[in-house]
Parts: sequence; structure tokens; C-alpha cells
Amino acid sequence: MTKTATRGMTRRQLLTRASAVGAGFVAGSGFIAAPDAAWAYETGSIEPAAFATLVQMARDIYPHDRIPDENYVLAVKGYDTPEAAPAIMAGIAALDAAAQGRGFASYIETGWERDRVDILRAMEDSAFFQQIRGGLVTGLYNQKAVWPIFGYEGESYSLGGYIDRGFNDINWL
Amino acid sequence: MAAPFDMDDDSVVVIIGTGAGGGVLANELAQKGVSVVALEAGGRYLPEDYINDEWESFGQLAWTDPRTTSGDWRVAKDFSGLPAWIVKAVGGTTTHWAGASLRFQEHEWKPRTTYGAVQGANLLDWPIDAAEMEPWYALAETKLGVTRTEGRPGLPGNNNYLVFEKGAKALGYTEVHTGRMAINSQDYDDRMACQQTGFCFQGCKWGAKWSSAYTDIPRGEATGNLEVRERSHVARILHDDSGKATGVEYYDADGTLQMQKARIVCVAGNSFESPRLLLNSASSMFPDGLANSSGQVGRNYMRHMTGSVYATFDKPVRMWRGTTMAGIIQDEARHDPSRGFVGGYEMETLSLGIPFMAAFLDPGGWGREFTTALDAYENMAGMWLVGEDMPQETNRVTLNHDITDQHGLPVANVHFDDHPNDRAMRAHAYKQGIAIYEAVGATRTFPTPPYPSTHNLGTNRMSENPRDGVVNRWGQTHDVPNLFVSDGSQFTSGAAENPTLTIVALAIRQADHIAGEMSKQNI
Repeated sequence: MTKTATRGMTRRQLLTRASAVGAGFVAGSGFIAAPDAAWAYETGSIEPAAFATLVQMARDIYPHDRIPDENYVLAVKGYDTPEAAPAIMAGIAALDAAAQGRGFASYIETGWERDRVDILRAMEDSAFFQQIRGGLVTGLYNQKAVWPIFGYEGESYSLGGYIDRGFNDINWL
Repeated sequence: MAAPFDMDDDSVVVIIGTGAGGGVLANELAQKGVSVVALEAGGRYLPEDYINDEWESFGQLAWTDPRTTSGDWRVAKDFSGLPAWIVKAVGGTTTHWAGASLRFQEHEWKPRTTYGAVQGANLLDWPIDAAEMEPWYALAETKLGVTRTEGRPGLPGNNNYLVFEKGAKALGYTEVHTGRMAINSQDYDDRMACQQTGFCFQGCKWGAKWSSAYTDIPRGEATGNLEVRERSHVARILHDDSGKATGVEYYDADGTLQMQKARIVCVAGNSFESPRLLLNSASSMFPDGLANSSGQVGRNYMRHMTGSVYATFDKPVRMWRGTTMAGIIQDEARHDPSRGFVGGYEMETLSLGIPFMAAFLDPGGWGREFTTALDAYENMAGMWLVGEDMPQETNRVTLNHDITDQHGLPVANVHFDDHPNDRAMRAHAYKQGIAIYEAVGATRTFPTPPYPSTHNLGTNRMSENPRDGVVNRWGQTHDVPNLFVSDGSQFTSGAAENPTLTIVALAIRQADHIAGEMSKQNI
């Protein structure tokens, strides 16, 4: 789960503040970070809370439980520019409003994926949803770092192809 | 006179495009001593340049100039600006093609006679037949080094093939093998054998797959009779007051408009760009476009009935390893109307990497139904379905005057509606494809919709009667005697087979005809 945090926070502080709001996110001064501080991303034009919501939305659209948040952050950080940010923040505001319309405090504080997906389904024809979904197709799946999670080996030319490395090694037929 | 040729040299044959049609025609003419200027819109990339990364390679090779789409085909919704996945480079789509090299079946040259009148279809028999094409197919198979022809052995089957073969045999299919492929199973014609690397669609880095980019083109250039001008986009074909073609105007690599004179012009820009060029060449003498007295330029666009079936299993397959399309089932390629449709289809192994699988498995799909399929990617097998689709007059390439390309030229709009016969065939093919994988224990199957087209056919079709089509039995336009069409757009019908071998055979035959007519001073 992505956490927002203040620059310079210790890992303990981060965890403390995170636990203080349960599964929610903590808005800091421009930082979101993994709870174990394994990675951090300083937001630019998108407010940290909105960026954290965007990351959660990305995971809800293409949920892969073995892909860490870091790759979802990388997949959407291209929107964190002065040109793109206003539309993204407007889209996130609409997402939060839709969550509130269903009795939740915000999108990110909607606890069950099923409920968040219901919110997304209701807006899947919107330009905002399609922009985020379409961008993820390349933004997420074209990251070489996620390929091994799927077992995909990428190029093999540099290794001489598979002629001596298992092109026909299936053993269960 | 040897290459390079002067812009005012009106003795040259100008060929537009350097793929399976234009690239082969250019070399064949050059070998016969004919002076050729080949104008290619794309740049030159060779095996050392190819990139084994799906999106990066797409950025390097694909034709991504603007095009628009309309019609009820799903491509118009999912990939509205990308009706085709074809290549803009020296060698054209022979860099990208999978290598499947099949002859038409005898009856497929005569679809109107064989299938009868099909409502809504604009079926027409070809003015040529299997017997006439036999020697040209043989020459094409020799040129490409097609496996399982002339004693060349087949490729070994990869993991994806072994799953496919086992399922096919369980269903009782008998015509099942690793294909007739223009990919070397042993060293041949200065090209090495396949190393089972995958990435056949991204250009073969070993050169084991035939491509005109590194065979016909350099061999033609070596004669001194062929000059290839790359990054040269033809804008218009010019003609004189007698209605004969006199040359072409093209934008060179710097975007400067140039004019090359010509004795003969051959159009081989594929089934979108070739009709687009004829339509963009309209003049006061030919107000509806060049060679368009029949009104058939751009019409009868065919893309094959296509689709894919992927399936996941409880154990790994690793389908991406090895030759992408070395696997075929031909039992359903026959014409058997008892199945509820005319014509037939082939089933061929296919795999995509994770980046393209995410884009093409279920375009627009999201959520866990989609992502759990990708989570099982390592355990996935896949096949492509490719069959004969019906020519329809309303499926057509037209000029979209609202959108222009980087040179200010109106772009092609591609309109396509599936014919009921296409839909019936696809439903049958999905059912059979799913049954094949279920016979091997598939845990889940995915009847995947068509990708942007790779087989683009029929928009300048061949006809006996000038009223019915654009070109005659030699690919020569009915209206302009020194203007030829040399690519898949001259196809009268699509047949079930991957079209490249037929395009190559027609190009070899056309070169023989053109050289003969030139020496007789008939053109």
C-alpha cells in the first residue's frame, strides 16, 4: 500500500502515521513513499493525496498482487506535469465525489477493492478513466522490471535464442 | 546507364514500395537488365538494427502516419488510428511478416464459381488460375526457401506448437505440421538457420527469415540497375495528354518535392497506400482518380477473417520461445458449406510478449478478469485464425480530406464491416480453437478479437472485364497501359492463406511480363 509522507520522516514515523489512519494515506509535503521506505517519489504538480489516489486507481484497473506499488507509480508519474496535472486532479476529485456518493469518505478510503471497482465501472466511459487505463497498457506492462513477474523472458538474441535453451522443453503433455 | 539515375531519365521503371511486391519486382527487373528507381517511404533497417522489444520495434518499423477508420469492425473502436500493423521501411512488411508461405488452393482462384452468389459479397473469379500460377509459385518458394517444399525440411516444433499439435490430433485433425515457412530450417541461400529466438514480428536478427530488405533489395542494387531512394514518399503519379503515366512527384528525405520521370510506374504501397495514391493522383482527365474508370479503386478491401484463441493451462508452456508461427492446422481450410459459411480458414500458432498481450488480448479490458489472464502468461498457448473474408464494395479505402499527413496529403480512411460469412466463420474457428486447447486440459480460454490488420488486400483488384476491377491479369491497370499494381491490392479474392507467397509469385510473373513487353516495345 502506498503511503504519503513528509520528506525526512523516519521509517518508524512513517509507519506510526500510517497506522494512525488505518488503511488510508497520509498527505505530507510532496512525498509519497513505501511504508518500508524501499522507494519514494516526490510529487511535482499533482498534490500528494491525489497522486496516491491515482496510484490506487491504477492498481484497481490492472491489479497484479505480485507487482509492487513502485511500478504503478512509475506507470502514472508521466501525468505529474504542470500541463497534465489539472485534468488529473479534476478526475481524482470526481472519483472521490463518486466514492462519497456511495457513502465512503474518499476513493482511497474505500476499503474493499470490489467497492472501488464498482465506482470505476460507473465511470469507465469517461475520458479520464480511459486516459488512465489506456496509458497503463504501455506504462505498466512495458516496464522491463515487471516482465519476470509474469515469467516473460524478453529478448533472447543476446543469449543465442532458445535453440539450445528450451524452445521445446515442455514435459507435461 | 547504371544507377543512380537522373530525375529526367524517362527510360526507368519507377516502383513505389519495396516490400513483398515492390522489392521483389525491383530485383527481378534489375536482374533482367531493366533500369529501376524504387521509391520507399521508410528508412533502411537491417538485422543488426532490429530491436527485440515489441513497442520499441513498433516505433522503429511500423507505419504510424495518420489514418482514420470507420465501420463496425472492432479495430475501428479499439485502434481507431491504426487500422493496420504494417511496416514503413525498405523491405516493407517483409521485415514484420511471420514467414507462413502457402499456395492458394485451386478452387480459391475461382470464388464466384465455387461459392456461387453470396448476398452482399462482390465475389469475382480471378482471371488467372492454379495451373497458370504453378511455375511462379515454384520460383517464389525457391526464392524464399520455403520449408517443406523442394525437399527442404520443416522447422522443429516449439512449446507452443507441441500443445497445439497434441490438441489438434486429439480432435482428429490430420493436416498438422510446423508449416511451410520462409524461415530457414537449415542454412540456405546465404541465410542461416532459425535459432528459435522468437520476435519474428520485429525483424529477424539472424536473417533466417526471408525479407526483401536483405535479399532482393541488395541483390538488385548489386546489378547496378536498381536505385533505391529511401524516405521518399510519393505524392502523385503524373500523366500526359494521351493518358500515359510520365513519372511521379515525391517528397524526399528533406521534405522537398521532387519529380522523377518514368517509362513505367508500378504501385506497391500496400492496400491502403496504393489506392490512396491513385485517388490522390486525380486530374482533369481522371477526375475520380487514376485508373478508376470502373469506380473500383479502393473498393473490396479485404483483411482476412481473423481472430486468436489463447488458453491457459495448469503448467508452463512458455509460448514465446522459438519461431512465432511455425505451426499450422489445415483441415478447416477446405470449402465446405455444411459448416455454415463459404471458404475456409487456417489455424496457425502465434504468441505475443507481455507488452503486446496486454494491448491485444482484450482491448479495453481491465480488472481481475483481465489481469488474472496475464498472471497466467507463462502457462499460456496461442493460435491465430486466418480465413477467407468476403469482398464487399462498401469496404473501402477513401480519401479523408479533413485530415492530412506530414506532407499535407489527404490520409486514407479505411471502412470495414464484417460480412455475415466472416462472422459465421469466426464463430466456427473460435469454437474449434477452444476445443483444441480444452483437449489438452486448458483451464481457461480466450477468444481474442482481430488485431489491426496485417493482411490488407483487394483495393485495386484484378479482373478480366475492365468494368469489374482496376487491373488485368498482369497487374496492368485497365485504363493506363504503363501503370501497374504490384502488391496485395491486386487480389481479386483473399483465399484462406497468408498472402505473401502469392504476392511474391505475382511479382516474379509480372517482372517477366514487363521485361518482355519492354523488349518488344509494347510499353
